[in-house]
Amino acid sequence: MGILDVKNVSKRFGGLKALSDVNLSIKENSVHAIIGPNGAGKSTLLNCLVGKLIPDTGSVMFDGQSVLGRSPYEINQMGISRVFQTPEIFGDLTVMENMMIPVFARRDGAFRMHAVAMVNTETDVIEQAEQVLEDMNMADKRHMTAASLSRGDKRRLEIGMCLSQQPRLLLLDEPTAGMARADTNNTIDLLKQIKDERDITIAIIEHDMHVVFSLAERITVLAQGTPLVEDEPQKIRGHPKVREAYLGESG
Amino acid sequence: MFGLDKKDTTLLIIVALLVFLAPFLLNPFPADSAMAQFNAGYPDLMQRFVIFGIFAIGFNILFGLTGYLSFGHAAFLGVGSYAAVWMFKLLTMNVIPAIVLAVIVGGLFAALIGYITLRRSGIYFSILTLAFAQMMFAIAYSDLIGRFVGTSITNGETGLQLTLNDPRILGESATPDGSIPLTNLFGWDMRSTYQMDVGAWLFQFNFGYYFCAVVMLIAFFLSIRIFRSPFGLMLRAVKSNQQRMNYTGLNIRPYTLTAFIISGMYAGLAGGLMASMDPLAGAERMQWTASGEVVLMTILGGAGTLIGPVLGAGFIKYFENIFSKINEATLHQWFSFLPDGLETFVVWVAEHFVGSGWHLTLGILFMLVVIFLPGGLVEGGQKIGGLFSRRKQADEKSKATKTEPAE
Repeated sequence: MGILDVKNVSKRFGGLKALSDVNLSIKENSVHAIIGPNGAGKSTLLNCLVGKLIPDTGSVMFDGQSVLGRSPYEINQMGISRVFQTPEIFGDLTVMENMMIPVFARRDGAFRMHAVAMVNTETDVIEQAEQVLEDMNMADKRHMTAASLSRGDKRRLEIGMCLSQQPRLLLLDEPTAGMARADTNNTIDLLKQIKDERDITIAIIEHDMHVVFSLAERITVLAQGTPLVEDEPQKIRGHPKVREAYLGESG
Repeated sequence: MFGLDKKDTTLLIIVALLVFLAPFLLNPFPADSAMAQFNAGYPDLMQRFVIFGIFAIGFNILFGLTGYLSFGHAAFLGVGSYAAVWMFKLLTMNVIPAIVLAVIVGGLFAALIGYITLRRSGIYFSILTLAFAQMMFAIAYSDLIGRFVGTSITNGETGLQLTLNDPRILGESATPDGSIPLTNLFGWDMRSTYQMDVGAWLFQFNFGYYFCAVVMLIAFFLSIRIFRSPFGLMLRAVKSNQQRMNYTGLNIRPYTLTAFIISGMYAGLAGGLMASMDPLAGAERMQWTASGEVVLMTILGGAGTLIGPVLGAGFIKYFENIFSKINEATLHQWFSFLPDGLETFVVWVAEHFVGSGWHLTLGILFMLVVIFLPGGLVEGGQKIGGLFSRRKQADEKSKATKTEPAE
């Protein structure tokens, strides 16, 4: 049993069967990639894991607890953080404030009024946030407005925000989509570093094979809503079924 | 001071000075001069400045921080007024219980309406709040609840007023000379005004105004604290990105609801103070135009800034007062230097912008501000400030023999 177990999950949108009978197990402290051609159901699967969608059938267990029927914020408080395809950060706030919010969320839970304290006297939160900024090499940008960061830095900040919550499972949805090569390589290095330094499970949905093969320890190939194969990267590379899925039946 | 940093303390002190010296500052012209009509230093208007300032400060906590645009906040001001007048009728003419009840009632109504309306965001939220406010207006205007329970609650279109038959358990129904007692604070009369003659100038110091001013400063201080608190940070995060909020393990609803309730309590406080200055309450205070006015004030001054709403409230109330006082005769006097035909024409054009047509002027002013200063009057101030500091920097740079590396 892994840290995340997906059993017999199906999801239909009207006549379209987006996921049918998906079984997937992600081992603790591993990097697991989910790949597949467009429309394979990768994003639907991810949305089922974080509470944005509720599957029609099946179960999703995180660390022995079901996540089904919980709101995204509850699932996050259980220890799952999500990085979006386009960085979702607090654009109007400064980098430092961006980093403090998840630290507050981790310390105070989903809601705490906390109107008597002042942000600038919350030294423990400030210290933690600064530590993460330093880990991300962003300490010099702390006073910048998040929206004015470069694309690569926005991604860095978002990953940092997720990490500052010390999640047990980090979900990345095409983290390098639309990035230049240099930014992509930076992100890969950052993720490698995170994987080496922390006890964290990473699940990554990716299109870019370069990213997948430089990071993943295990790969699941999804096609037309069902997992085709699950194996180590070397074996996936030459797998006939994978080629078929990506290049078409006659390819 | 009071846990504020240096910048905020300075701001609070400046606002306090402006508010306390307002009777001087707003009366720059001698009482008999032609310019006297531009004076604003009389009690009634100054009270309105600070009361609407409180209303806008509270509205800004909701709109400026979370970005939820409520179009029904006047409803909370209205129920605050009714609650206060009922306190004057039933309990005592002391304003403290009236204001406390007004704040509580404003908060309760906000909790109820916020709980329902905050299920939606954006334009749907605005429309829902507008609908609720209009419902409450209709209920107050027709005294629906009063007709239902058999005794008047809002007194319909006449409005709720004090009478000589009111019980006033802790006070007196009527003064010895047979009139309705005045609102007071432990015996200090809200209407009492000290007049000071300085040469041609007449300054008026009204106790009610200073009471409202102190309440406003407390309200302003609390709003600074909320802005700078972790709670305030979360509210700004709601405005910035709700998706990220959700996926950072934060539940948005309680945050927005709390902000809604707080701003409802501010509105209730403003309504209570209004009734304390002039003990009557009418349904027109809950009209959608009144809700729209506080939106204008906040945006005009600068939504999301600390001082903006206060500036916006002062700006609108001042020009409302000045422009609606000007009449055709004044215009003829002003433009008498023009040739006859031209004078008639200019006055004909101008009179549409003054008096009851002053909303036309407000509309134009609002348009100009929104187009050229999207950040409101505060942004205008910053731009002017920036102009000066840049000039200063440029001077210093030209004096210095070598330039410092840019930070």
